[in-house]
Amino acid sequence: MLDATLGGSTPITVDSIQSSYTAQVKRRRLYGGLTLLIFVLLMVSGFNVADDRNAGGFWDGLHQIGDYPADVLSEAWEKRAELPGLVAKYFPALVETINIAAVSTLIGALGGLFLSLLGTRGLAKWPRLIPLFRRISDIMRAVPEIVIALMLIFVMGGGPVPAMIAIAIHTAGALGKMFSEVAENADLKPVEGLASTGATWSQRMLLGVLPQVAPNYVSYSLLRFEVNIRASAILGFVGAGGLGYELRNAMAWGPGRFDEAAAIFILLFGTIVFFDQISSHYRNRLTEGQGQ
Amino acid sequence: MTTADLTLTKEHAANLFRRKRLIGFSIPAVIAVYFIYIFFAFDLPGLAQRASLEKAVTLFSDSWSHKVHVTRNNRTGEIDYAVEGERKGRYPEGERPDWVTGDEIITIDLGADHIVRYLPNNRTEVEIPGFPMIEVQAEGRSLTTNLPADLPDWISASKRRIGITTPEGRITLTGARTEVFNYFPGWELFWFTLDSPYHGHGVTEILFGEQLDPSRSNVAGAVTDWWNNKMWRHRDVAWAIGETILMAFLGTMGAAMLALPLAFVAAKRFSPIMVVRAATRRVFDFVRGVDALIWTVVLARAFGPGPLTGALAILITDTGTFGKIFSEALENVDQKQIEGVTSTGAKPLQRYRFGVIPQVVPVLLAQILYFLESNTRSATIIGAITGGGIGLMLTQAIQTQKDWEEVAYYIVLVIAMVMFMDWFSGWLRAKLIGRKD
Repeated sequence: MLDATLGGSTPITVDSIQSSYTAQVKRRRLYGGLTLLIFVLLMVSGFNVADDRNAGGFWDGLHQIGDYPADVLSEAWEKRAELPGLVAKYFPALVETINIAAVSTLIGALGGLFLSLLGTRGLAKWPRLIPLFRRISDIMRAVPEIVIALMLIFVMGGGPVPAMIAIAIHTAGALGKMFSEVAENADLKPVEGLASTGATWSQRMLLGVLPQVAPNYVSYSLLRFEVNIRASAILGFVGAGGLGYELRNAMAWGPGRFDEAAAIFILLFGTIVFFDQISSHYRNRLTEGQGQ
Repeated sequence: MTTADLTLTKEHAANLFRRKRLIGFSIPAVIAVYFIYIFFAFDLPGLAQRASLEKAVTLFSDSWSHKVHVTRNNRTGEIDYAVEGERKGRYPEGERPDWVTGDEIITIDLGADHIVRYLPNNRTEVEIPGFPMIEVQAEGRSLTTNLPADLPDWISASKRRIGITTPEGRITLTGARTEVFNYFPGWELFWFTLDSPYHGHGVTEILFGEQLDPSRSNVAGAVTDWWNNKMWRHRDVAWAIGETILMAFLGTMGAAMLALPLAFVAAKRFSPIMVVRAATRRVFDFVRGVDALIWTVVLARAFGPGPLTGALAILITDTGTFGKIFSEALENVDQKQIEGVTSTGAKPLQRYRFGVIPQVVPVLLAQILYFLESNTRSATIIGAITGGGIGLMLTQAIQTQKDWEEVAYYIVLVIAMVMFMDWFSGWLRAKLIGRKD
């Protein structure tokens, strides 16, 4: 009886398992194929739309990619004797670009610190206002730097300060989010211990939370510093001073002054690579002991 | 532990504390010194003088209000009514705002008893409470007035031009024309321009009311007129936002597709030849280091301005970034799964497909989606440089230095777009790889 049931039902079960498995595989393949198809369609049609709305076509422009760099490089090579002088000439602009990035990272990190502590559950001074501080940091993060920079340039005139404020606002929002993800994982025991001794909120944060999160915070700030150097160069291009501004001027002169553009390219490239290397070295050191 | 040991340890600890205290105080001090240096390097004292509060006030008040111009051409005697003084906002022939009355004498009521009258023969009367009636006669290129020599600071007057600024509106008079600006809150003509039959009708009226335009149904007509609004250009704005998102999408996905195979070449586990590995890595470092700004500049020379240039600039820069991240992820894959797949007799390509890809896909997808959001923001900025998308419209509107309500509109849209992409990429990530803590 028992045997019969077992013997009778087992083949059916195996069959049904197999068929349901193949059905599942088929369905998954179908979904995967459909997703892939939609993705390819999106890519192709997107490319065509972008190509249509571009001033020059992709296929016409493709073989011209090298022309401009080749012009710049050949002219810079002809005037290579003057290159060190030009690099020295634009060095102050480079310092300004780096200063914009550094100051805005410092201010932004400070702002992000407050936003993160005030917007993290368990740490916030006013728990009811957590959503408010989160939304503030979301909005600050969403505003592209160029928006604030252009409006401030209108009000204050060109120069490094509009760029600095614009980048600092965005940095505060971006770091606020990353910081609060770290702060959420912070151990609350030291905070409770400090609270039991009657420590104020700022004392609890300074002595209880900051020592735990400092390595991560510094590491994120360094990463942000790399990003901000690029942002500050780009904002210079729309009139906010520094190396980007000089680059735009040098480009506007066109052929004959390509050596200046080349000098700026070299400075910018060198700076970005240099600070990337330094920052990644220190970030690795800071996060070394994290896994244990 | 002996006493000697204890004192030694104590001294050691004291030294440690001293050093920590020194660091703890010197870091803020260094930062403070740096800020002082910046204070002078960025010329902040000079900036306070250069910054113009007036411009800031115009910017803020214009961003949420609009003005209607009533202009009299003193040569022809013609009177024009136009929103923001633009041709696109002009009232149709025979129509005018309801705060303007009279035929022979045009009376403009600015509110709060501020009244301007356009009298025949190019005479103008301005009535302002608490101030004697101002009479101005325009003759040729000069103005004669009854204004006293001693003027309050809201009136500026010369022989050629008189400007009166009140909280209710602004009046400027020159020999050639007399102009009154009346300010109102809100974005005028946001839905329909004045030439549309739907202007001035509410939503319920359009949806359920009688047919306003005999040739079109209400809803279709209203949507077309709104979509083609010449003042706010909703269609162009929608295209621009689409272009910006398209730049980010094409750039990010293209970069990911290029970077994946290259990452295999750069990862130690999969690429035995050191030279090839190192070369690929240097390529990644190079394209990343050149930065989107320079790529944009270089590519704009080849492809001209437009969204494709922006997409390619993002693509090239991010190929470097993705390559680096992907190859690091590939180094960290678990060997056991690959061995298991190999034991079934899989060929190298199949080993990658079934042994490696499933392990790294969650990491890669998370990165790609994060970059999609971040690149939407970059695409706005790159668009401003290379000339495409919402970034271009925004910079153009800012450069006119007067369409601040449009600037405000674009800023709201940009923030909404970025927040939407943020939400969307988070949602997609949760769908594709599950929510992780």
